[in-house]
Amino acid sequence: MNIAMLVFIVCGVMAVVGALALILAREPVHSALALVLVMISLAILYLLLGAAFVAAIQILVYAGAIMVLFVFVIMLLNAGEEVRTNASHLAKWVGLPLGIFFLFEMAYFLFREYGARSTAAGAVSAAPVVASTQQLSMKLFTVYLLPFELTSILILIAVLGAIVLAKRES
Amino acid sequence: MEFVTQHPVLVVSLIKIAIALFVVMTALAYLTWFERKVVARIQSRWGPYWVGPHGLLQPLADGIKFLFKEDIVPPAADKLSYVLAPFLAMALALSTLALIPIGPATVKILGQRTQLVIAHSNVALILLFAISSIGIYAVVLAGWSSNSKYPLMGGLRSSAQMISYEVSLTLSVVGVLLLAGSFDFYDIVGGQSGRWFHFLPKWHIIPQILGFICYLTAAIAETNRVPFDLPEAETELVAGFHTEYSSFKFAMFFMAEYANMITVSCLATLLFLGGWLSPFPASWHWQLYLPAAGLLLGGLALIAGGLRSVQMNAKIVFPILGIICIGVGYLCTFAAVMPVIQGPFWFMAKVFFLLFFYVWVRGTLPRFRYDQLMSFGWKFLLPLSLINLVLTSLVVVLRMR
Amino acid sequence: MVPISYFLILSAVLFGLGVVAFAFKRNIITIFMAIELMLNAVNLAFVAFSREFNQLDGLIFVFFVIVVAAAEAAVGLAIVMVIARNRKSLNVEDVNLLKF
Repeated sequence: MNIAMLVFIVCGVMAVVGALALILAREPVHSALALVLVMISLAILYLLLGAAFVAAIQILVYAGAIMVLFVFVIMLLNAGEEVRTNASHLAKWVGLPLGIFFLFEMAYFLFREYGARSTAAGAVSAAPVVASTQQLSMKLFTVYLLPFELTSILILIAVLGAIVLAKRES
Repeated sequence: MEFVTQHPVLVVSLIKIAIALFVVMTALAYLTWFERKVVARIQSRWGPYWVGPHGLLQPLADGIKFLFKEDIVPPAADKLSYVLAPFLAMALALSTLALIPIGPATVKILGQRTQLVIAHSNVALILLFAISSIGIYAVVLAGWSSNSKYPLMGGLRSSAQMISYEVSLTLSVVGVLLLAGSFDFYDIVGGQSGRWFHFLPKWHIIPQILGFICYLTAAIAETNRVPFDLPEAETELVAGFHTEYSSFKFAMFFMAEYANMITVSCLATLLFLGGWLSPFPASWHWQLYLPAAGLLLGGLALIAGGLRSVQMNAKIVFPILGIICIGVGYLCTFAAVMPVIQGPFWFMAKVFFLLFFYVWVRGTLPRFRYDQLMSFGWKFLLPLSLINLVLTSLVVVLRMR
Repeated sequence: MVPISYFLILSAVLFGLGVVAFAFKRNIITIFMAIELMLNAVNLAFVAFSREFNQLDGLIFVFFVIVVAAAEAAVGLAIVMVIARNRKSLNVEDVNLLKF
């Protein structure tokens, strides 16, 4: 039980609890906060895996901007309490055991395939950084230049689309 | 005891965190005193005067008041968000301080050689921006969960302002990153050592003056200070997003705002003002005695001012403080302390200067109206930061050829 | 030393919970958030594999997934606002004009 395992267990439990809170919460704002918790715990896991830049980008962009947009829209639209849906009993009594069975089956195959090898992540502070920002940006701007430029056009389209769609008819 | 020997790094980190928290909380409290005094002098009045000598115990009195006030929770408030918001604001404001180094030297604590930073990361800059971008949730949740119209409007306006200026803030820093080549604070400050023409220090404020101005403006807007504090000004929106908060939770918002101010000033000194580097050339050896000399002069001034003052308690307390100051100044002349204290001394001097600038701006400038604020952020500051970025990258590329 | 299979199982669990949320929730915005949860689970798998095979391409994929999620969230929430304005309700079962 070294510190990497401890961090993984804590963050993994936090992420799963956040996802469960997303499903079980009654107010959409609480679901949004639960999703932010999931994102932050995933960012810590990325740090554990040595991808520090991606962790920072995840918090900066995903948790700090996209989820703020979600929270704004929830507040502006006054999304009230979530009504309890009458889910079918089939889903509960067959779905849940089936889901757990599939999970165990997948875990078995994953362990068989990747079990022996362990990622070389030591303690969080001593994690050898696989992805230095310099290498990442070299790859981004040379090999993946075309997708990069396409995403900039995509963002432009998204901004235009959002403005046009959300405008009131005047 | 064997916990200490088995986990030395952890114990040393805990000690550093304890020291940093103590220093920062005291600095927060006395920053409020300092601000009230300076704004008062700008407005030709005295400021806090009666509570303790020259109002020095005013922060303590305010703290006690905040602790004992009744804690009102609005009946229809959303409990989780209402309680979460101030704690989130405070926690984020304080945790950004873990990434900020105050000096280059390494000290020995409990036999372990450590650097003068709580968490050394080589992506520290962007992690700091990431942590402060979560601070927007505190504002939005506070406004919404109070279930009342002034906080809601104040919260939405304040967070929209913070998001808008956050873009310019991060863009104005990219120029510095291009010059320094790394996210690590040690590399950024290391890139600022050296001199041009043998006397001008190579601090980033000189090539990046446009970036510095953009950064400072965006930082003042990001921390919701005058002249950008419409969402929380008392004459405008009652008290904005923290209207419905009382006692301890309000105190947390208050402290979080000042802690954000300190963090942003520390970041500005690290990025633009050369961090812990001294403005004098290294060959001037007398500058090593500057901390001690400064403390000595400060102590003498305190003693003289105390003996001359009219207030009874000032006559007693200030000379005692002056003697303690002189004692600490003498401590700084010891050979073991002197090289270590140089970095933090210059760092704190620069942070203090920037905080004074913040307070000065508060006492001087009028407020922006909200639409003026938003159009200033998007139509002026953002293009300015982009121009700075383009010019800087042009110069860097041309220099590489 | 955390084996990569742990990360992959966590990613699968999160993805499954995202699918459950997507299938069972009735508020449009919550369904949207379930989509974001699924994208996050996939990001975790990408980063884990990138670490396993010591390649940076996984991280570039994560970068693009985040960017695309941002664009999609912006347009999707604008659509949600239009729906809320027109159908006066955020319940996904009320968006049923094309129902047979």
